[in-house]
Amino acid sequence: MDLFELGISELRALLEKREISSVNIVESICKRIDRVENNIKAYITVTKEHALHMAEHADKEMKNDITKPLLGIPVAVKDNICTKDILTTCASKILSNYIPPYESTVTARMLKDGYILIGKANLDEFAMGSSTEHSSFFATRNPWNTDRIPGGSSGGAAAAVAANECIAALGSDTGGSIRLPAALCGVVGMKPTYGRVSRYGLVAFASSLDQIGPITKNVNDAAILLNSIAGKDTMDATSAPMDVPDFTAVIGEDIKGIKVGIPKEYFIKGMDPEITVAVQQAIKQLETLGAVPVDVSLPHTEYAIAAYYVLALSEASSNLARYDGVKYGFRAEAEELMDMYLKSRSEGFGQEVKRRIMIGTYALSSGYYDAYYKKAQQVRTLIKDDFENVFKTVDIIATPTAPTPAFRLGEKIADPLQMYLTDIFTLSVNLAGVPGISVPCGFTSDKLPIGLQLIGRHFDEETILKVAHAFEQSTEWHRRNPNL
Amino acid sequence: MKFETIIGLEVHAQMLTNTKIFCGCSSLFGAEPNTQTCQVCTGMPGVLPVLNKKALEYAIMTGLAMGCTISSHSRFARKNYFYPDLPKGYQISQYELPICEQGHIEISVDGEVRKIGITRIHMEEDAGKNIHEGTGKYSLVDLNRTGVPLMEIVSEPDMRSPKEAAEYMKKLRAILRYLDVCDGNMEQGSLRCDANVSVRPAGQKALGIRTEVKNINSFKFVEKAIDYERKRQIDVIKTGGQVQQETRLWNSAKAVTESMRSKEEAHDYRYFPEPDLGPIMVGREWIEEIRTRLPELPDAKRERFVSAYGLPEQDADILIGDRPVAAWFERSVAAGGQPKAVSNWMMVELMRLLNEENRSIETCLLRPEQLAGMLTLIDNGTISGKIAKKVFAEMYKTGKDAEAIVKDKGLVQISDQSAIEKAVEDVIAHNPNEVERFRAGEEKLIGFFVGQVMKKTKGKANPTIVNELLKKKLIDVI
Repeated sequence: MDLFELGISELRALLEKREISSVNIVESICKRIDRVENNIKAYITVTKEHALHMAEHADKEMKNDITKPLLGIPVAVKDNICTKDILTTCASKILSNYIPPYESTVTARMLKDGYILIGKANLDEFAMGSSTEHSSFFATRNPWNTDRIPGGSSGGAAAAVAANECIAALGSDTGGSIRLPAALCGVVGMKPTYGRVSRYGLVAFASSLDQIGPITKNVNDAAILLNSIAGKDTMDATSAPMDVPDFTAVIGEDIKGIKVGIPKEYFIKGMDPEITVAVQQAIKQLETLGAVPVDVSLPHTEYAIAAYYVLALSEASSNLARYDGVKYGFRAEAEELMDMYLKSRSEGFGQEVKRRIMIGTYALSSGYYDAYYKKAQQVRTLIKDDFENVFKTVDIIATPTAPTPAFRLGEKIADPLQMYLTDIFTLSVNLAGVPGISVPCGFTSDKLPIGLQLIGRHFDEETILKVAHAFEQSTEWHRRNPNL
Repeated sequence: MKFETIIGLEVHAQMLTNTKIFCGCSSLFGAEPNTQTCQVCTGMPGVLPVLNKKALEYAIMTGLAMGCTISSHSRFARKNYFYPDLPKGYQISQYELPICEQGHIEISVDGEVRKIGITRIHMEEDAGKNIHEGTGKYSLVDLNRTGVPLMEIVSEPDMRSPKEAAEYMKKLRAILRYLDVCDGNMEQGSLRCDANVSVRPAGQKALGIRTEVKNINSFKFVEKAIDYERKRQIDVIKTGGQVQQETRLWNSAKAVTESMRSKEEAHDYRYFPEPDLGPIMVGREWIEEIRTRLPELPDAKRERFVSAYGLPEQDADILIGDRPVAAWFERSVAAGGQPKAVSNWMMVELMRLLNEENRSIETCLLRPEQLAGMLTLIDNGTISGKIAKKVFAEMYKTGKDAEAIVKDKGLVQISDQSAIEKAVEDVIAHNPNEVERFRAGEEKLIGFFVGQVMKKTKGKANPTIVNELLKKKLIDVI
């Protein structure tokens, strides 16, 4: 077995036993990248030299008996998370030359824990999309079938994990952007509670929904990464002043008596029948592990997608105003200020981003605000209430992560509404601010991965990690690797 | 037809916090361009704002001083527009839930006290500055000012004349300076005033169409700009036209207001709640704690100056206009100065000298205790009032005590009868012609004789004694 196939905890154990060095790991990953990256295209930037340099440093530290949770582990970071002095493009032409002068809080915390940046992963431009086809540079392929999309927007990160081009990755999730590609690539992806992880340094798409989280080969690794990045940050006023537990402490606990809500609104017509079957089997599996399924209802689910797009795009229209060609990034030459703005933004942003800016601008316009933004906020409150009500009777909620498996490249690119529906099972979780995790729960007959989504109470990542881990350990899905 | 003018003011006040409102950069004025900036205030991708608690405290202080209700729950909002000096493409401001609401300021115009309502006070960040110089092909942007905390203080349309507006601005500035939350410098832009002006025929209930006058960048222009705009609108109506709702700019060089943009060109700012900052929750306890720290405010001080020091209202009004001036006065009185005498010296001599130099009282070398010392020298006859003016000027210049100056320059008044008598006799003896004319009834010549005696004594003779002796000697001889 190659080192690149292993997860964080396995590699840390080998490093601790001095059986391998960090340089060994990085070299193994680099070899893997050399072999498969041309087919996958997971990375916008691969930081090989930097990673080797950091690995040497990590090995020195280990020689001095220094122990850190991520020491010597190569991790991929979605390219909308700022890394000091390292290109951070958001997969957009408008930031194609942008080198941040500062480090995001999450990567700063991982640096403190000894991580090694192996590369910046591809995404839909500014995290706007569900397939990673909306990257301004290139589309990422699904490692399980390179004719298919990896999901999005953290498609590069999920594909890199699935293709063993890194040991683990950080993604960001605004409406499903971690969980969806994790499901479609057959890996674990978690969106923590809103406020659990600092957003400082995450290039904003929709500030009230964005959250950074881990994409990993197994649930335990997700807990390890979450341990590193979670917690109040003075640079992010929306980060919560909550105590951070050791998320790995619950790993391995049994799940007897845990009540699992099954919301009827998440098993709908038009869903891929293979997914329905796989998720139902997964629920049965949870039952055999001692969990208790309970039928529940989240009655406002059907309004979630409309509310989500109004709110997310309203915020996005404002968040993306700073890319005006004045201070950094791409600037089109023009004689007049207004022309410079118009040309820089017209040429710098891609189609999908421009569509979203326009929808959001419209929704916030004078005379429309009450009908759109305000109404959507009210719906958001109802959706949050739905979850809070259900969590009075159950401990977690189980649903499919996505209504379909990975679709073909180009299949939905011309139909934005179809594309938006891909997030139908994930975006309510962002609206409510609760945590959600996707774990592999099977494959279609076409050998495409299927994900099970587990949703928890606010700041109760522990329960979903515990259940996800118990489920994972009782199945074989996470052990499969794509043929590359 | 008689017209009534309706004026409401929107005032922006830069807060005197050490750091900016959403990051740790210094908010000091006048540094080299783009040296007081960081990734947060330059709007780099991925950064987030964190509220400076001091800015919140200053806004609450101001609200309390103006009798506002302080919101226990307020919010920031984004005001979206594109401009190169606005690096995020939006300004973080407050919209629906401002920190302070419904207060008032009292002003006094021509002896009549008027209450001007304060609609709201909200917090926001300042923008940077565009600099148009050099090659002409490009403009430059200085982001030092970006993120400096501002308060916007919005009045009700309660003012009825340009003079009232000017008085309101004076009082507002005094309050801000008393609180030490803003230095009130309109020329440097730390205090800015936009005026909403409309006119209506006297007796008409409905408000006329208003214009907003911007760029009133000096205290002396507040009254002028509004008066111009008021007259312009009346002219438009009188000539059968209609006032257009628009934003106008005060052009101080031409002393006119000029159209900047019409209602149709007005921005749609697309305000929405700032998602990067949660609601601002302010507890009652903190508000009350801030209230206990409020200094004595101008109105209370004026009353006390009249009742405790027996000053005339006009003196009190001038002295309380600026907190350091009032403090200077009180220190001088505390050091033994007679209040009215201190007030006179301050209002006449001190203010003149300060104005000549454009110097603030805080940087004045002359200390208030020294004025009290000089007044003692006048009272005990050591120096005359005339000499005192010289002494005062010297004190102002050097910061030395009056006594030392009097001693060094030999300015002690001559009150010795015999010494003065000798000088008087000399003058009479040397000016026989004038003596004759005086005796013939040309009494105004007494001034000539006093002048001659003073000249002889180098100005040090006690003028009362000189007068007495001159009259005696000139008449005696008859």
